[in-house]
This record gives sequence, structure tokens and C-alpha cells, in this order.
Amino acid sequence: MTHPLVVTLDRKSAPRTIFAGDKLVEVDMPPGTRVLYPRPPLAPLKDVDAAIRYALNHPHGSEPLHALLRPGMRVFIAIDDISLPLPPMKRPDVREKVLTIVIQTLKDHGVEDFDLCIATSVHRRMTAEEVRWVVGDKIFNAYWPDRLYNHDAEDAANMLEICTTEEGEVVEINKKAATSDLIIYVNLNLVPMDGGHKSVTVGLCGYKSLRAHHEPRTMRNCHSYMDPKTSALATSVERMGRALQKHVKVFTIETTVNNNMFDKSLQFLHKNEDDLTGTEKAALKALTFTLSKLPQQARQAIFQKVPSPYGVTGVFAGATEAVHELTLAKCYEQYAVPIKGQADILVSGIPYISPYNVNSFLNPLLVSVMAQGYLFNLYRGAPLLKKGGTMIITHPCSDIFDKEHHAPYIEFVHNLLPETRDAMELHKRYEAKFAKNPAYIQMYRTGHAYHPAHPFFMWYWGEAGRQHIGRVIVVGADNEYIPKLLGYETARSMPEALEMAKDGLSHDPSITMTHIPPILMADCTA
Amino acid sequence: MPASYFDVDGTLVRTNLVHPTVFYLANQSNPWRSLKFLGRAVALAPQMIAAEMRDRRMFNELLFSNYEGISEDRLLVLADEAFDTVLKRALHPHAKDLVKRCIDEGHEVVLVSGALDFLMTRLAEHLGAHHVIANRLEIKDRHATGRLLRPVVAGPEKARLIREHAKERGHDLNECFAYSDSYSDVPMLSVVGHPACVNPDTKLRQLAQAYSWPIVSL
Repeated sequence: MTHPLVVTLDRKSAPRTIFAGDKLVEVDMPPGTRVLYPRPPLAPLKDVDAAIRYALNHPHGSEPLHALLRPGMRVFIAIDDISLPLPPMKRPDVREKVLTIVIQTLKDHGVEDFDLCIATSVHRRMTAEEVRWVVGDKIFNAYWPDRLYNHDAEDAANMLEICTTEEGEVVEINKKAATSDLIIYVNLNLVPMDGGHKSVTVGLCGYKSLRAHHEPRTMRNCHSYMDPKTSALATSVERMGRALQKHVKVFTIETTVNNNMFDKSLQFLHKNEDDLTGTEKAALKALTFTLSKLPQQARQAIFQKVPSPYGVTGVFAGATEAVHELTLAKCYEQYAVPIKGQADILVSGIPYISPYNVNSFLNPLLVSVMAQGYLFNLYRGAPLLKKGGTMIITHPCSDIFDKEHHAPYIEFVHNLLPETRDAMELHKRYEAKFAKNPAYIQMYRTGHAYHPAHPFFMWYWGEAGRQHIGRVIVVGADNEYIPKLLGYETARSMPEALEMAKDGLSHDPSITMTHIPPILMADCTA
Repeated sequence: MPASYFDVDGTLVRTNLVHPTVFYLANQSNPWRSLKFLGRAVALAPQMIAAEMRDRRMFNELLFSNYEGISEDRLLVLADEAFDTVLKRALHPHAKDLVKRCIDEGHEVVLVSGALDFLMTRLAEHLGAHHVIANRLEIKDRHATGRLLRPVVAGPEKARLIREHAKERGHDLNECFAYSDSYSDVPMLSVVGHPACVNPDTKLRQLAQAYSWPIVSL
């Protein structure tokens, strides 16, 4: 029997409303199309503070936090950055709650020597106000900027090479973390590819370690990113994490949130369009119309100003792997929707946000990351799309970049992609030199730009999807050249895209649409 | 091997050409002589302001005319102190890091400045830069005449000098980098494959945004 969240459309079905960047578009899908809807939000914990205290005192595979502490020791607290969750969480962020209790525990046990570090890896540095949002006023005012700061992967004097794995992966992390008596990692786990060994091993590392697994070959062997057991990336990170933990002591605290992404006024976006009440239908029409009339900057401002009222669904602490297993189970409980049968055509609306453009615009490279990277990979088991099938996305693909955050992306898209889209060639011919561009590195270190290696990693992020998907057709692009640079075809409308996708198929194609956001994951069997 | 060409005033240091000049004028052999030099400079100020608005080269020539009559010995004796007092203290906090990174990447680092050569060589030594393209005072009878030797390093001339330097040293300009804070250095930024703006003025920032040149804060 089909799961209730897999809705098969018929002739009477209402049009579906999906994201196209920061706009909503109505699309008429043919009868027989299966639409996957996200699960309703899991019930949040009633007393998060109590859950945090309980987790610290009843950890998995480790002594309680207080038993690991002794007066005079040096502790390094690392914190997930702004890429999680999406959109940012309403205050207080759960990391603030965890940090408040952790810091109090440290002080109660005579530990005064501790640093708080945002584990940005090669992501952009968070601004002071963004850090304040995550850690709260009290912690921010007490520790910023001397003891609360962003990780700097290019500060050679403050990076330490720890070891090399049997596979030759160099494990290098923040020196202060590596030389501390205890690392406490405070995570916010949005999707199954977050957390676990990735937190310390990636969050506090630099280019030397990242290039071990953020390269095309490893990315091609991920089936999918959201299923660590079948992800070569997760396997490599896990190997590096285990090697690292022979040298450093890590106490992991992971938290999970539900998918309550939209506030009450927008909760109709979660729902099947056929189940909307009259008022909700009118609200959806009004929102779609308003967004279509507003200028881009205004739409961006609206979405960026609305944080999500996520509820905390789990707090787990202790040894990294034991904790992460529980976290993964909670993630799957929230996101996994069972479905049988792959589709010839997969339709996905590309929303306005990704982990790499919080407070900025979803530029063309990030559109490809969302399409062939994240949305294609939101599966466990078999991909939703048959090998060689067509993915149809809706997005304007505007040639707009945040000139600060994504400075190196601009050169990547406009100078390198015209040369080649082949990830292997980009990796071999261009990456090493580009990743060491002194101007971009300075922008990463003292500004708020992503590291120059990051656009390459983003392109590789789409590599598993690129190997699997036959064609990508974009509906609603406002130009021809960006889709062409990304290797996409364009269509003016969904019917036109569907007609194009049917070309060459001898049978009536099966069509599946994912109704995202909020996030869902297909638990797909072929 | 690429080269990295750095403008200096405003780019690597907070000061401009006026600061070391004032230091020299204020540190003459006796207070009366200092007063005389400073007075002459003040009298020239309106002309210098007008020149700065029209043409950077004209401004440089007027500014350096204030050195007329200062002995070569004094220029060199005071150079270390001028460097320590004026330039070294005014270095942007991350200037040395950026230059070092360029050197570590195997770039030939060249300072290209309208400032005077004897100060720039000291700065180059401090930063580890390899070469200096800077203005030189004309000396006659062991005294500065107040004129600059040709070519005067300013504006579009910087671009020509960079081309010439790259040709001599076998650098491919498409592979080279240039850094500046000022709109007057657009020609210099435009001749290399990798231009970057450092703490840019408003006009340069707008241009940098239009052309997607990296904007670096030091």
C-alpha cells in the first residue's frame, strides 16, 4: 500500500505550488504523477534544558561530562556554524541552551580555561551578529571575540597535523583543539549527512584534510550523502575521525530538530494542495502573487527575516559514534518517507536557501548544488530517479552572486566552467592553484568569503547526481547562458519541460515530484 | 612564476605620501628651518589639493617639490627613523600575512608606489618583498632639487611600469596579481589577470563590484 505522504494526482487534483528560488510557482502535473510530501513535525521535547542535563549526565559510550572534568584542565568547545539549520532557528537556538549548561558545568568543576570556536572549516566566517544569534547575548557578551571566535583554516600557525590514515588521508585540525585536554562538540543536526565524525574532523580542519575526500572520485561513490553507510565521503571522514580520536579526547553533544520550518502563518506550505482550506488556498494565492510582484531584494529580505520555529526533538551526548547512531535514527524518523519504484522524471522546486547562502543569494553554482547535490541525494536505498532519467527543476538561475560571501564562486562560474564542466579536469587542472589564490584567502580570513577551494567542492557535490542523471531541464530561467554553463536545458513551462523529457522514451514516463521544503527523504526501493 | 604588484599607500599602510613628507619637513637641522619648510608646504597646499583632484602625477610632483634643498645625507639618515615612525606603525594588521602568502606561493612581490625609493626599499625589506618600483628624487650637488626623476610613478604610468617589469622578468601578466586601494590605480589593476582591491575608496569599490574583483580587508 502506498504511504499516505505519497500522493498520486488525478484529473481533479489542484495544481502543485513549488518553490522557484524566492518565488512560488503553480504547476499543473499530469494525472499519475506521484508527489512526496514531508512528514509532519515530530513532537518537540517539553523541557529541552532538562533533556540537555540528562544527556550530559547519562551519555552513551562515555563517562558523564562532569566526570571528564578536573580543575585547571584546558577545554575546547566547538560549535556548528550558520549552515545549520536552514533557515536559522528562532532564538534561543538550541546551541545557546547547550552551551549555557556546558559552560556552567565547566565552571562548577573548576574549569576556567576554555575557548568557544565556531567550526567553520572553509565556510565563511560568521559575523558578530550571526554568532550572537546562535550563542545568545550572555555568552556572546562574555566571550566574543577573545575566547569566542571563528575557526581559521588558513592560520598555519594554529593548525596541527595529527596523523595520516592507512588510506593516506592527512588529519589536520585546529591546534588549540588538538592540544586541549578535551574537545566538546556542540552540534545541531539537520540532516543525516551532518554530525558524527564530520563535526570535529571536518569542522575544525583545513584544505589539506578536506582534499582527501572532497574530490570527484569520492563524491561519485556516495549513494547517497544522506545514508552514511553507502557514502564514500562519510566512510573517509569516519576513518579520519577514528584516527584523530586516538590522539584527542572528544565529548560529542548532538541535537536534532523537527521540520517545523514555517511559522503558523505559512504552515499551509507543508500541506497537500488538495487538503487546503478555503482560507489557506486564498493565503497561498496571495503569497504567490505578492512574491511574483516584489523585487528580488525585497523577497530575499522577507525570507531572511523569518527564522524557523523548529522544535528540539533529541539531545544525545557521549562518544561520537554511539551518539550519532541515535541522531541518525531521529533524523530518519522525521524525514524518511517510504516509496516504491523509481521515476523516469523527477521534478523538484529549488528553494531560496542552501547551507551556503544563509543571509545571501542562492547563486548559480549553489543552484546546481541544490539540484544535483542535495535534492537528488535526499534518498536512502535507491535514488528516486532511474539511471539516465530527467530531473526537472524550477528556478530563475539568475546571474547574481553575493560579491563578498561568494567572491571566488564568480570566477569559478564565469572563467572556469566555460573551459570545462568535467569535475576531474577542474580538479586536476585548476583546483590547487585557485585554492591558493592569496586575495581570496585573505577575503576568507579577514572578510566573510568562502575559501577559494569551496566552489570546487560545490561542483564536486553534484558529481554523484551528474553521473546518474541523464538530463536536467530548468523551468523559468531568466537567462539562457547560466543554465548552459551548468549543463542544463531550458523550458518555458512545465508542460514544455515534460514534453522534452518524454523525447526518446518508448513508454509513458513515470513522474515523481518532491514537495520540498520542508525537508523529506525518500526511503526508496526500486 | 607570477608576480604580485602591491600599491603601498592606503593598501599596505594606512598612511599616504603626505605623512613621510611632513616627517621630513618637520625634522630639519633646526626648528627655524623646519618651520620654513612646513610653511612653504602649507602655502602649496591649495595647489596640491587641486592637483590631487585632477591628476595624481601632478600632485606627486608638487608634493615632492617640498624636498627642494634637503641634503641627500639627511634624506638617508632620517630614512630609518621615518620608516619606523611613520610607515611601520601604519602597516595594516594583515598586510604582512598577505605579502608572506604571496611569497610562499612563489610569487615575485613588487611594491609599486608613488612614495620615495629609499623608504620603499626599507618597507620591502621588512615585508620580504623582492623588488621596488618607486619615485626617485633628483639630486644635484648632494641636495634634492625638488624634482622627480623620470618616469614619475603614478596613475597610468604604474601600469606601463608593471608591463615593462613583467616583460623583463618573463611573467605572464594574465597570471599576475595586483592590489590597490585607490581608483587612481585602476590602470595598474587592469593590466593583470588577478586584480584585487584592498580597503578600497568608494569609486574603486563600485568598480570592483561591477567587475567582481575581490575586495580584501586588511
